[in-house]
Amino acid sequence: MREITYLEAVREAISQEMRANEDVFMLGEDIGVYGGAFGVSRGMIEEFGPERIRNTPISEAAISGTAVGAALTGMRPILELQFSDFITIAMDNLVNQAAKIRYMYGGKGSVPLVVRTPSGSGTGAAAQHSQSLEAWMAHVPGLKVVQPSSAADAKGLLKAAIDDPNPVIFYEHKLLYKTSEHVPEEPYSIPLGKADVKREGKDVTIVATAIMVHRALEAAEKLAADGIEVEVIDPRTLVPLDTETIIDSVKKTGRVVIAHEAVKRGGFGGEIAATIAESDAFDFLDAPIRRLGAEAVPIPYNPTLEKATVPSVESIVEAVKHTLPASFKKGRELHA
Amino acid sequence: MRQALPDFISKEAYKTYYKQMWLVRFFDEKVDEFFAKGLIHGTTHLAVGQEASAVGACAVLEEKDKITSTHRGHGHCIAKGAEVDRMMAELFGRTTGYCKGKGGSMHIADLDKGNLGANGIVGGGFAIATGAALTSQMKQEGYVVLCFFGDGATNEGSFHEALNLASVWKLPVVFICENNQYGMSGSVKDMMNVEHVATRAESYGIPGKVTDGNDIFSVMTDVKEAVDLAREGGGPSLIECKTYRWKGHSKSDAKKYRTREEEKEWRNRDPIKAMKEALVEHGVATEEELDKVRQEAKQEVEGAVDFATESPEPGLDTLLEDVYADA
Ligand SMILES: Cc1ncc(C[n+]2csc(CCOP(=O)(O)OP(=O)(O)O)c2C)c(N)n1
Repeated sequence: MREITYLEAVREAISQEMRANEDVFMLGEDIGVYGGAFGVSRGMIEEFGPERIRNTPISEAAISGTAVGAALTGMRPILELQFSDFITIAMDNLVNQAAKIRYMYGGKGSVPLVVRTPSGSGTGAAAQHSQSLEAWMAHVPGLKVVQPSSAADAKGLLKAAIDDPNPVIFYEHKLLYKTSEHVPEEPYSIPLGKADVKREGKDVTIVATAIMVHRALEAAEKLAADGIEVEVIDPRTLVPLDTETIIDSVKKTGRVVIAHEAVKRGGFGGEIAATIAESDAFDFLDAPIRRLGAEAVPIPYNPTLEKATVPSVESIVEAVKHTLPASFKKGRELHA
Repeated sequence: MRQALPDFISKEAYKTYYKQMWLVRFFDEKVDEFFAKGLIHGTTHLAVGQEASAVGACAVLEEKDKITSTHRGHGHCIAKGAEVDRMMAELFGRTTGYCKGKGGSMHIADLDKGNLGANGIVGGGFAIATGAALTSQMKQEGYVVLCFFGDGATNEGSFHEALNLASVWKLPVVFICENNQYGMSGSVKDMMNVEHVATRAESYGIPGKVTDGNDIFSVMTDVKEAVDLAREGGGPSLIECKTYRWKGHSKSDAKKYRTREEEKEWRNRDPIKAMKEALVEHGVATEEELDKVRQEAKQEVEGAVDFATESPEPGLDTLLEDVYADA
């Protein structure tokens, strides 16, 4: 079975969609011969030409607005923003235009736009190139928000995003680009709004997004050695959010830890926690819900500090242990 | 004989600027080397080949004047008086760095010397420079602000908005475009439909001038004129320095968007070599004297590496510090 990287999976999804539909095209800075800041579009200009792999000036406001206009009038643009931090410059077009148009126009028109953008820390690029701002976008009605954690998910979710008639913000984690796994060659779609249970377990639920899915899985491995069976759920899309899968899992385990890389304060973890607390899973909780997110500091440049800013495998393990009863800590069986 | 050298710079000062040219070159070459060895992490953007615009522009400033810089900012920093020791320490992520190891290459600032900071956001400096000039005007502090940026940045909305505002408010700011022909892989020819960035000044009713960015004397002369105008209350100007970056945009750049011939052509127009030849020809200094200056610069950068290597890493207890100013 063929394995490809997350980066290649993203490229494959775009290429297949572009072959299938003339209306799909890409625009963004340095996506031509350069192949994009992270190499996602490498080789694509050779196949599709500069008309459809459109190299733009450095002008996020103009290109995001242009993408909205093109989408509204029948094209299906995929906009690459070089770093998700630069979404701030495109914000007006995404928040005040793209997200609002259909509703404001009384259900007329649609904006089938995908904004793909690398996010997250871990590259040493410091405070203006390392943020995780997905909660901002999730807050805005009219936008959909996707955060794939694996190559196969990235491919299927991207197809769904491109096919979707709405503006979708598609966050790609920089540190995941080089991770690989088996990815089917033929086009396939993973519906937006369907969480994935990345690991089954009965003792504690971890809801994790993007890179944190991997740290949660590693934490689960470690905890398994202590006899704790962790269930890891990746919502994959924040909007729409698959609350059902999360709530069902919490009803089963009675314990929940939420982990994301974005700053904890005002982060999407709060939304997930509140959703659980408001649901009938509340009565099943055996411990307070715990949230893990970054410290409320800009991402520092120094590598040691950078690492310490965001949740680690150890901090996830720690948080899970906190949800367990004292009796367990003394070494007794959890479900004794 | 060449054109006369600008007479507002003294003989001794020329040697200082010659040294700064080499400091910029040696610093960035060292960074390149250390980056390749994995001793510096993150990303860096080098200004090798662009030394004359940074050093020439800052040479006509007074101590109280201010600058804003860019992602390619090591040269501006040095030209505005920063110590290479603390710059290198910053790139090593050490506590002795200009940002205590928290900012890195793209965020070096030296407020005491009037450097309001490098910027990781292309176009991030335009309005900040404009605002600093507003302070100067409102508080009648008499300083001028130099705003450095690349050709690519002039396609950002912030360029147009800031120039307009600076113009209608007649603010003491000089916009210095270092046109190195590319914004990452985007050639100016493909990214704008006017030949010169300086032409854009006309839309905002301010003077715009093209200067030879590889000729430090030409930069000094034209920037001085703009700075004088700003200081006298005549408002902003836009100066475009035509130059070239010898290296790739940043670490992982295959440079497929340009040719070897083009690179060679520009390397033949080395701004440091040109300065040296002119200084010798005009009898400002002998070749030996200048070689000595070069050597000093080299040693200073070597010393900076030692300083950086020996400096301590920030402790985890500093992680939460400095998010807010004390109330
Ligand atoms: C708002 C924003 N968009 C894109 C980038 C990525 N980026 C960093 S430098 C650069 C090129 C800038 O070109 P130019 O302004 O000409 O300066 P140069 O690099 O040539 O000095 C790009 C696209 C960024 N840092 N910020």
